[in-house]
Amino acid sequence: MKPADKKRVLREMLFARRFEERCYEAYVERKIGGFLHLYPGQEACAQGVMEAARPGHDYVITGYRDHIHAIKCGADPKAVMAELYGKETGSSKGRGGSMHIFDVAHHMMGGYALVGGPFPLAAGIAKGLKMKGSDAISICFLGDAANNQGTFHETMNMAKLWNLPVLFVCENNLYGIGTRIDRSTAVIEQYKRVSGYGIPATQVDGQDVEIVYDAAKIAVDHVRSGKGPYFLELMTYRYRGHSMSDSNAYRAKDEERMWSKRDPIIILRDRLIEAGILSLEVYKSMDTEILDQIENQIIKFAEESPEPVVTELEKYVLAENDPYVRADMTPNLNRGAR
Amino acid sequence: MAIIMYWEALQRAHDEELARDPLVIVMGEDVGVAGGTYKATKGLYDKYGPERIMDTPISENGFTGLGIGASFIGVRPIIELMSVNFAWLAMDQIFNSAAKVRYMSGGQLTAPVVIRSPGGTAHQLGAQHSARMEKVFMGVVGLRVVTPSNARQAYGLLKSAVRCDDPVFIYEHELMYNMKGEVPDGEYFHPLEGSEVARAGRDITLFGYNISVHWCLQAAEFLATHHGIDCEVIDLFSLSPLDRAGIKASVSKTHRALIAEEAEAAVGVGSEVMAIINEECFFELDAAPVRVSAKNVPIPYNHTLEKAAVPSSKDVVHAVLKMFGKS
Repeated sequence: MKPADKKRVLREMLFARRFEERCYEAYVERKIGGFLHLYPGQEACAQGVMEAARPGHDYVITGYRDHIHAIKCGADPKAVMAELYGKETGSSKGRGGSMHIFDVAHHMMGGYALVGGPFPLAAGIAKGLKMKGSDAISICFLGDAANNQGTFHETMNMAKLWNLPVLFVCENNLYGIGTRIDRSTAVIEQYKRVSGYGIPATQVDGQDVEIVYDAAKIAVDHVRSGKGPYFLELMTYRYRGHSMSDSNAYRAKDEERMWSKRDPIIILRDRLIEAGILSLEVYKSMDTEILDQIENQIIKFAEESPEPVVTELEKYVLAENDPYVRADMTPNLNRGAR
Repeated sequence: MAIIMYWEALQRAHDEELARDPLVIVMGEDVGVAGGTYKATKGLYDKYGPERIMDTPISENGFTGLGIGASFIGVRPIIELMSVNFAWLAMDQIFNSAAKVRYMSGGQLTAPVVIRSPGGTAHQLGAQHSARMEKVFMGVVGLRVVTPSNARQAYGLLKSAVRCDDPVFIYEHELMYNMKGEVPDGEYFHPLEGSEVARAGRDITLFGYNISVHWCLQAAEFLATHHGIDCEVIDLFSLSPLDRAGIKASVSKTHRALIAEEAEAAVGVGSEVMAIINEECFFELDAAPVRVSAKNVPIPYNHTLEKAAVPSSKDVVHAVLKMFGKS
């Protein structure tokens, strides 16, 4: 990573942290409903990988912990927050919610709530990119627990069989909802599980964004050069529970303390201060700016945006006026043939 | 107008759409080198190659999801699920991804996939190869379900399904692939919504779809010849959405209704058509509508038991005679 980029990367990770913390507050205030899965602790994963990729050009798909991945693709944070508020100005017009953030214009192909569901979708996007001769790649971000679904194994097999340009990023935060990985998974190191499919795989520290970036660079280059799929495992930790409805009682306090010392933002901040690139004062003013932006632009936009109208409840179920649907519209060259 | 077999009609539709659009692909078990279990993709592998005619591993949820993902960026996959019994395995991707993605993305993404699959009770294939699952698919919002009863529909519905921007499930029948029928020589698109009057009549409407249209037509001939009952037969080629207006128009004319279905009665096409009749034209009825459906059992292996489990044209005849007080 270039030194000039490091300050921006730090700022973006801090933004991600503050954005998610503000979501937490809005949830407690009942401004956000449903299930809410937050990203604090894992910021270096999406950040490092997307630094190595081409945001807005490469295609990203993920699970329900998706706000930050969408923003990394180029989604407007205002539209993401408005979606969480269920507003018409939201990224999915208030129809999706926290778990279903889409921004197709920026190639954010969505967050999906079925654990492991995006695996084959990501491979399918890669198939399409290959058919079109595109130099874009497909990137699938999922957690470790998704690897216990059949879709993981089915997709790894097909991705290698057809040599598809897809990068699987496993954000291993050690818990599948409330069950620790060693209680649910026979082989704990996830990268080892894909070796049976002939897919190159690496495991690195997911808390250090520079390490993530370096590993992701190799992975992205591999996939983009036409060598087929790649699997990157990032060891990370989420500070909050699985979702807001999770009391987080299943984790040892010692373990949480240990991981809090491996905070991705603090690691990079201290490194930059030590290198003389950043001062604590500049960092604090950066934080103040971010908090101001979130409150006075993003939250304000979400608060002030209109609700969807009930008369449009059934919009977006099926295509509107598709010519192949109704007899009077179907473009028959041989009308009346019976 | 050529007379060709149902599978030939499907093969022709595949071939024409593949030739027209390089983003149309075919996926499924044995669709390529082997030419398709029911020959619907015969010869296409040699013509279009392995990148477009993809023999998949036996991973129904995986390859269906892969096709759906490809459709997100403009590919038009025609996915063959070898038997509808195996479609259970792909339901997560069909229901949770394809059917919902347009809505939950606020209209940004669509999944224009075609999923074809044969169901029905065939030749002593046992409980796990004889399911009739149309009732499950037609209950899912965001998915179109069509079911061709003849070669013309098989051709025209597949053509339209490939071009339509919605995910379309095409329910075929294992016993119908060799059925012959007329298909227009020119290109023909069958609308994905509506119903067809397969036989016009005055005294009662027999609703059928897929194979049960043929039971209804046979029953209608018999009833006209031997009992002077003039049956109208309505072909419900679109199961989702069902043709409310067509159902209402016919029942308002004949004042009697029977629904013939190869599936078990519960939560099925028959119960849905009855509900529509209740909602649209209850006071037009001269008699309570009747369902002719399968017995409530997994399909047995034994030939005699298998025959007894699913209805036939004789059951339709008996039910109609009973409605007219003639049995």
